[in-house]
Amino acid sequence: MTERLLELTPLFTLSIYETLMMVVISLVIATLIGIPLGILLVITRPNHLAPNRWIFQILNIIINIIRSVPFIILMVAIIPFTEILVGSAIGIEGAVVPLIVYTAPFIARLMETALLEVDQGVIEAYLSMGASRTQIIRRIMIREARPGILLCLTIATIGLIGATAMAGAVGAGGLGDLALRYGYQQWDLPVMMVTVIILIIIVQCIQSLGNWAANKMKKNL
Amino acid sequence: MIELIDIHKTFRVDKREVEALKGVTIRVRKGEIYGVIGFSGAGKSTLLRMINLLEKPTSGKVIVSGQDLLELNEKQLRGARKKIGIIFQHFNLLSSYNIFDNVAEILRMNKVSKQEIKRKVDELLKLVGLEDKAEAYPSQLSGGQKQRVGIARALAMDPEILLCDEATSALDPQTTESILDLLLDINEKLGLTIVLITHEMHVIQKICDQVAVMENGQVIEQGSVLDIFSVPKHNTTKNFMRTIFNDEMPEEMVNKIKKVNSYTTRLRVTFRGDAAMDSVIGNISSKFAVDTNILYGSITSIKGTALGILIIQLSGERDIVEEAISYIKGAVYHVEVQAQKEGKQEVLNT
Ligand SMILES: Nc1ncnc2c1ncn2[C@@H]1O[C@H](COP(=O)(O)OP(=O)(O)OP(=O)(O)O)[C@@H](O)[C@H]1O
Ligand SMILES: [Mg+2]
Repeated sequence: MTERLLELTPLFTLSIYETLMMVVISLVIATLIGIPLGILLVITRPNHLAPNRWIFQILNIIINIIRSVPFIILMVAIIPFTEILVGSAIGIEGAVVPLIVYTAPFIARLMETALLEVDQGVIEAYLSMGASRTQIIRRIMIREARPGILLCLTIATIGLIGATAMAGAVGAGGLGDLALRYGYQQWDLPVMMVTVIILIIIVQCIQSLGNWAANKMKKNL
Repeated sequence: MIELIDIHKTFRVDKREVEALKGVTIRVRKGEIYGVIGFSGAGKSTLLRMINLLEKPTSGKVIVSGQDLLELNEKQLRGARKKIGIIFQHFNLLSSYNIFDNVAEILRMNKVSKQEIKRKVDELLKLVGLEDKAEAYPSQLSGGQKQRVGIARALAMDPEILLCDEATSALDPQTTESILDLLLDINEKLGLTIVLITHEMHVIQKICDQVAVMENGQVIEQGSVLDIFSVPKHNTTKNFMRTIFNDEMPEEMVNKIKKVNSYTTRLRVTFRGDAAMDSVIGNISSKFAVDTNILYGSITSIKGTALGILIIQLSGERDIVEEAISYIKGAVYHVEVQAQKEGKQEVLNT
């Protein structure tokens, strides 16, 4: 059995690489979309920096809708959109689009929670000192919420890893794909076990790293 | 310096209306410490937030340093706000910044040069007595120290006005004293105009020049601290005064007065400056054939002027007592007849 696994090592390495690629690409893009949305969700609330009932409600509804669709269904449902956007609904590019659509609203929600933790009184203090809204968002809110934002990105990354495994179903490659092809379709138990163990290790590492970094930041608080 | 003219403010909460301010007018002169006192919900914070327009009035005028703030656009308003420092009951410091950065951040936002920031922040930390805490974080400081950081931060932009929203309410009495001393100090050193709100008369007594008493969204009494303390008119003001001069007569005292057989009056006598209290009292006994009884006496200092309150009881022949009262009236700042009794009759007005 050990021999067979050794034989498959290049396959594992490739899958790990593919998974990480999908996670990194979608995480970066989803973060770039999710963070501004999270900020909007906070500042458009009543009595905040830029109250706007319409933007707040519409964002809320869209995010709730996307968040309530299971990833596997979302992936299939947006195939036409994915094809228009990247020309193909399979492979890494094909998987990244639904992964982003799935993760960005998640990050927006987590960002919202993290930013709401920032004391309203502190924001008021800088408003009264004549700071502009952009300065308050960038230099006060985001800065004060950093530990929370880090934990939010950690959770989002782990969620993404779970979703990439499902993306294997559309032949996106990666560890999920490997587990499906060998483990599920050919009933190759050792390969499936190893895949699962690798996934567990990756998730553990990311969570520990996130906790460690957030705690380091929080130490002074 | 600051003029709030006929300010009305109505909050709308779920279709219900709360009238927080009902036509308030106050004027604060340059360099003075202006205190606003009132019970919880009186509208003090709302009033204070009008001065930097954190809250817009429903109607009325807000004039600060000759500028009508309501006519400024957003950018001009931000400029005006930079000249108005503010400190809070809960300090509102940045927990992820150390003390140096807490004071420096507003300067960085205004693109002040690095050397200038270093110079300014060091000077401010020295002023508030925290030069050795520059590297500490707010969580490592006591309440009083946090408020000192708040004060240093509020002074960073060289404001002309400092607003204090219950700045000492979260502090113990001793720390309160030291923060009040610091406020007095910067008022004198920097010529800063200070508006502070509080529900402690003691704060007003210690550092304010002028005071406004608020109740239910209105100013019910205002004037110099010395005047208001000498002769408080409104009941709420009198109640606040009792936290300093507790001149309420105990029940037994009042009953005892009722037992006296001759014509008796109870007077509340206010002395100011160094109008010699003892000589007046002494003179009454020697000049008039009346019995003098001191029921209560207290003396305090308000910004360097002595203020004494005395409650005395005079009894004897009606005419002579009246004569003695007019003599006292001529010698002291104010006399209020609190109660009088004719021979065996009951107390007329208490
Ligand atoms: N943003 C707001 N929305 C609705 N109502 C408000 C708002 N701010 C203040 N009020 C109401 O206005 C009234 C005056 O409030 P304010 O905070 O000015 O009182 P205060 O004198 O500062 O009291 P405290 O001593 O408790 O701080 C209160 O009835 C309060 O509920
Ligand atoms: Mg208040």
